[in-house]
Amino acid sequence: MENNKILLEVKDLHTGFRIKDSYFDAVDGISFTLSKNEKLAIVGESGCGKSTLATSIVGLHNRLNTRITGEIIYNNENLVEYDETKYNQIRGNDLGMIFQDPLASLNPLMTIEDQIDEALFYHTKLNKKQRQERVLELLDQVGIANPVRMAAQYPHELSGGMRQRVIIAIALACKPPIIIADEPTTALDVTIQAQILDLLNDIQDETESGIILITHDLGVVAETADRVAVMYAGQFVEIAPVELLFNNPKHPYTRSLLRSIPQSNEMVDEDSGELHVIQGVVPPLTRMPRTGCRFAARIPWIPADAHEENPTLHEVEPGHWVRCTCHEHFHFEEEGN
Amino acid sequence: MSEFIRIDNLKVHYPIRSGFFNRVTDQVKAVDDVSLVFEEGKTYGLVGESGSGKSTIGKAIIGLEKITSGNIYYEGEEVSKQARNRRSEYRRNVQMIFQDALSSFNPKRRISDILTEPMRNFTNWTPEEERRRSIELLEIVGLTEEALNKYPHEFSGGQRQRIGVARAVAINPKLVIADEPVSALDLSVQAQVLNFMKRIQDEYNISYLFISHDLGVVKHMCDELAIMYRGRFTEYGTRHDIYEEPQHIYTRRLLSAIPQIDPNNREEHKLARLRVEKEYQQNADKYYSEEGRVYDLKEISSTHKVALKDVASLTEGSVR
Repeated sequence: MENNKILLEVKDLHTGFRIKDSYFDAVDGISFTLSKNEKLAIVGESGCGKSTLATSIVGLHNRLNTRITGEIIYNNENLVEYDETKYNQIRGNDLGMIFQDPLASLNPLMTIEDQIDEALFYHTKLNKKQRQERVLELLDQVGIANPVRMAAQYPHELSGGMRQRVIIAIALACKPPIIIADEPTTALDVTIQAQILDLLNDIQDETESGIILITHDLGVVAETADRVAVMYAGQFVEIAPVELLFNNPKHPYTRSLLRSIPQSNEMVDEDSGELHVIQGVVPPLTRMPRTGCRFAARIPWIPADAHEENPTLHEVEPGHWVRCTCHEHFHFEEEGN
Repeated sequence: MSEFIRIDNLKVHYPIRSGFFNRVTDQVKAVDDVSLVFEEGKTYGLVGESGSGKSTIGKAIIGLEKITSGNIYYEGEEVSKQARNRRSEYRRNVQMIFQDALSSFNPKRRISDILTEPMRNFTNWTPEEERRRSIELLEIVGLTEEALNKYPHEFSGGQRQRIGVARAVAINPKLVIADEPVSALDLSVQAQVLNFMKRIQDEYNISYLFISHDLGVVKHMCDELAIMYRGRFTEYGTRHDIYEEPQHIYTRRLLSAIPQIDPNNREEHKLARLRVEKEYQQNADKYYSEEGRVYDLKEISSTHKVALKDVASLTEGSVR
C-alpha cells in the first residue's frame, strides 16, 4: 500500500480475566498496526481470544474482573489508560463497531432513525434537521432502497441483512477512521454475506478507514482482507499479506486449518477422502502453558527440539511473520519424514 | 441400489390466523410439493437459505412436523397417515442428529442412559448387551469407555456432536436425518465429525439426509442434493450436476456467493458474482412464476432436474 499512515498501534497487549483471584491472559502479547485504508483480518477458532482482543481495543471489557496491560496507541494516546468517560468520547466517533448479532445490538423500542441519530447527537454539533438529513444519507449509503420509510421502522420489522446494514450505518455515522467488525456476517446467508462484504469494501473506498475484520471463516478472509493475522490460544501465530498466507502458509496451525476446509472449489469427481483433523484440543485458559510453543501439544510427532523455548515472531519473507521455529521442520503426520 | 423411502408431493403449510373469530386468512407454504427418493447407503443434501424450509422437510419425514398433504412410503408401505407409533419399524429406522447437541440431551442423564435409550425402546437386549453396544458406539466416534458415566455438560461441542451421532446410529437405522450437524462447530472439529459420519456410513450402509446451508460441507458429503427456495426445489441432481453444471439461476447465484479460498483471483470472483446477480434481476420471470413461485422440476438428464417453465427456455439462453 502506498498510503502507509498508521492509525492504530497495539503493542504487547495482554488481557487477563480474573478466575479465583488470579489473572489468566486470554490475549497474550498481541502486537500489530493498522494503517489507513487497510483491511486487517484476524482469524481463529472459538475461544482463541479474537473477540476479547476486539473488546479490549474498544474498551467494552468488564473493568471489575479484567486486567489489561500493554499499549493501544491511537492519536498518540494510550487507550489502555482511558477511563469510561474518555472512552465514551471516542467510541462511535473514532472507533466504529459492528457486531455479529444485529438484533441484540439494536434497541427494540427505538426506531431506526433514533438509533442512528443517537451517535450523531452525542458526537457531532449538527442540529436536528441536519442530523435527520445525515441519517437518510447514511441509510442510502448502506444500500437501503427506501430510507425514509426505513427510518421510521423498528428493528423487528427488518430482515437480518437489513438489520446488519443499519448496524453498519450506525458505525459509520461519525465517519470513524477505524472500524472494528466482529464476525459481521456469521449470522447471515451467503448471498447476503456477499452483499455486506461488498458494502464494507465500497465504504472503505469512500472513507479510507482502517477495518479490523474478526472472523472464523477463511473464505471471507480470502475474499476481503489485505493482511491476515492467524490467532491461536491468545497469540498471533502468523501474520502475512493475504496472498502470501494462502499461497505459502508457514505455521503448522495455519497449514492444518487450511487443510481441514471442505473445499467447494475442489474437483467434484475425485473421491472426497477424509478431511484433515487437528489432534487434541486447545487447553482451557487456566491450564494454558505459558512457556514454549502452544501448538506443540497438537503436533506430537514433531520432535520437541524443533520448537523454540520462548517462541517469538520471525520474519520469514517481507511482511510475513511466523511464530516459533517449528514450521521449518513441520510435516503432516501421514506424510512421514 | 434399492430404494427404501419414497416421499411424494410433500406439503407442510402453516395457517395464518387473523381478523374476526381468528379465521385462517392465508397460509405459509413452508414445504410446497416436494418429492424425494432415498436409496440405501447414499447421502442426500438439502441446501437453501434460512427460511427455505429445509429443516421442515427433515422434521416432517421423522414425524416432528404435521404433514398437510402428501405421502411417505417406507418399503412400499404408506406411513404418513397411520399413527407412527413408538415401536414401528419406520420409527426405528429413521433417526435424527440435531444442530445443537447439548439441547438435544437430557442434562440430568448420563451418557450411558442417553445412548441406551433408543436400544431400550426398540430392542430386548440385556443390560450387558446394551453396555457392550454403547462402548462400541463410543469407540466408533473416537471416545472412550470413561465417557459412559459422564454428563453431557462435561464434553466439548465436538464431542457432544459425536455422541449425538452415536445415539442416532445406536440401533442401526437406515436413514439418519442430520439437521445442520456441524454448523455450530469450529473448522477442525467439524472435519472430525464429518469424518466419523462418513466412516459410520461405510460401516453400516446408512443413508443420510444432510441438511445444511454450507455448500462446501454438502459438496464434501453428498452424492445427490437438492437446492431449495421458498419451500420448493429449484434444482435436484448429483454432485456433479449441481456444482459443475448448475442450470437454475438461484443455484448459480448461491454458488457464486460462496467465498472462495483463492485470494489471487478475487476480482474475477466478484465480477462473476455481480454478473450472475444482474442476470438474476433481469431474468427472474424465466425461473419464477408471477407469484414468485418456483416452477415444477423438469428432467433435463437422467439424474438432473431443474425447475423451469419449459425445458426449451434453457437451450435458448444457457449462458454459464
